[in-house]
Amino acid sequence: MAEVGVGAPGASAATRPGRSSDEPAARQPRGLRSGRGRERLLEVCFLVPAAVYMVLFFGYPVVKNLMMGFQDYTTATFFTGEAPWVGLRNYSAVVGSSIFTKALLNTALFTVGSIVGQFVLGLAIAVFFHRKFPLSGVLRALLLLPWLIPLIAASAVWRWILDQDNGVLNRVLDALHLTSSHPGWLTSTSLALIAVIGVNIWIGIPFNTTILYGGLQDIPEELYEAGSLDGATRWRAFRHITWPLLRPVVTVVLVLGVVYTLKVLDIILGLTHGGPANATQTIATQSYNLSFSQYDFGQGAALGNILIVISLVFAVIYLRVNRRAVDE
Amino acid sequence: MSAATALPATVGAPAARVPEKKSRRPWWATVVGILLIALLLFPLYWMLNVSLQPAGSAVDTPVLPFHLSFDGYRTAIDQQSQNLLTSLVVSLGSVVVSLVVATPAAYAMSQFRLRGVGVLLFAILISQMIPGIVIANALYSAYNDLGLLNSIPGLILADASAGIPFGILLMRAYMGSIPPSLVEAARVDGAGQIRAFFSIVLPISRNALITSSLFTFLFAWGDFLFALTLTTSDDVRPITLGIYQYIGTHVSDWSSVMATAVIASLSAVVLLVFAQRFIAAGVTGGSVK
Repeated sequence: MAEVGVGAPGASAATRPGRSSDEPAARQPRGLRSGRGRERLLEVCFLVPAAVYMVLFFGYPVVKNLMMGFQDYTTATFFTGEAPWVGLRNYSAVVGSSIFTKALLNTALFTVGSIVGQFVLGLAIAVFFHRKFPLSGVLRALLLLPWLIPLIAASAVWRWILDQDNGVLNRVLDALHLTSSHPGWLTSTSLALIAVIGVNIWIGIPFNTTILYGGLQDIPEELYEAGSLDGATRWRAFRHITWPLLRPVVTVVLVLGVVYTLKVLDIILGLTHGGPANATQTIATQSYNLSFSQYDFGQGAALGNILIVISLVFAVIYLRVNRRAVDE
Repeated sequence: MSAATALPATVGAPAARVPEKKSRRPWWATVVGILLIALLLFPLYWMLNVSLQPAGSAVDTPVLPFHLSFDGYRTAIDQQSQNLLTSLVVSLGSVVVSLVVATPAAYAMSQFRLRGVGVLLFAILISQMIPGIVIANALYSAYNDLGLLNSIPGLILADASAGIPFGILLMRAYMGSIPPSLVEAARVDGAGQIRAFFSIVLPISRNALITSSLFTFLFAWGDFLFALTLTTSDDVRPITLGIYQYIGTHVSDWSSVMATAVIASLSAVVLLVFAQRFIAAGVTGGSVK
């Protein structure tokens, strides 16, 4: 696996291939003078802080979590220091729980719904902004705002917008005579997941738009000119020129979207706290609940590990995509 | 962007149609654009609107704050100023830690041919897949043993877990385009590896450093998960947790909740206004690379 990575950094720097051949030659004499070993050691030192940090704040938690998944790790552990090994009991408890199936389904619906919504709307807005018009730059910058503010601040305002009795959404729906029944967007078990997905789409649109807009800008204008001579305009131009050339960017956006959406916690905790009756409970929020509401860190870890496995499947896709993007 | 503007001059005859087409982008595009952004930003307007309403009048909030009131802000400042300060200290600390850790690594990864580079890059990419809750779950017990729960340094270090990988990826991409001859020239003049780094590499990479700092600040400022899990008392309480506590109970005074949300969102607004080009660079740079 290390070999895969080693190729990547070299290929990404445009200057690299030409340099790597003459670099050793340039370094050799100086190396001989001042001690090549010392030079190497100094170079390694540049990497040390980052490597140590990655080990402590990513490596250690993953290993620790894997172990905790097999342990009876509760608040008592913090007093006694004992966390007896229980084999697969945490996993069987977590998977056997009635919430698990629901959380798994919710996670899938939340992820797919969010990604599809963010992507389709993000792409449509990116295409809209692709050809400049007065104020387009300012408007594009403003679009980023929802993505830059703290998620919990966004959740707070949506909580109030979606409020059943006094929320502005229901008041507007009322005024437009679309519905007068005042749906409980966050309190009804059948609507809460839809509402949470809607808010998450709103948060994700800026990111999708910005990346896709960048991808669109990279498509050479000549292609559209050539295409228009062949009669490819509008939809046909989009299908035959834009879409194929945008594909690599699309893949990156989608995979990153999935990976990020799987771990979303802020929005759900802020809007519904997983409720009502677990209607918006996902694997991530349930893992949080087990650890930090029920103080069963072992079960929380077990569920967290299941989430890692799901993410890893996409990680493999991501790395392959990334590698392809880097190779180009 | 530059390709599109440079094109008409270079392509000649067939391009004559293009500028005509481009300039013909009609005025209604601007109208549609404004309506679209207005719709998308409506929740933020609503946040501001409610924050300026008198306390208690949140039922049937008027579309405009006709009875302009800053009571919400007064309450918010009274109750949350300590939390805002905590957030500011944690975020700035996180920026410093991230820069110190990420910048040399990014440089080494882009310019040195070391065996560890590939492993580290691989680890960074993989780290993006690790859910925050997994990290929080394990850090909680470690922090408990180390006495780092409810501490500013604890939060700074945990919050840097977003900024460090991001900063390394972003700055590595940028530093990869520094011509090695620049550094080589300094070395020939007798500068050591470390002096070359400080006097050549860092000044050239200024923009990447700024972008990476801005995003690290926003990540830490908006952090909710670590604030929620790694603090258990009121001593150290970032602003995000202050908002969460507000909405965790039955809310009777939405104007002060929204005032707090507005204050918490101000950092993003300020950065977007004053550092827009860095923000735009960060969104694309850190994610695609």
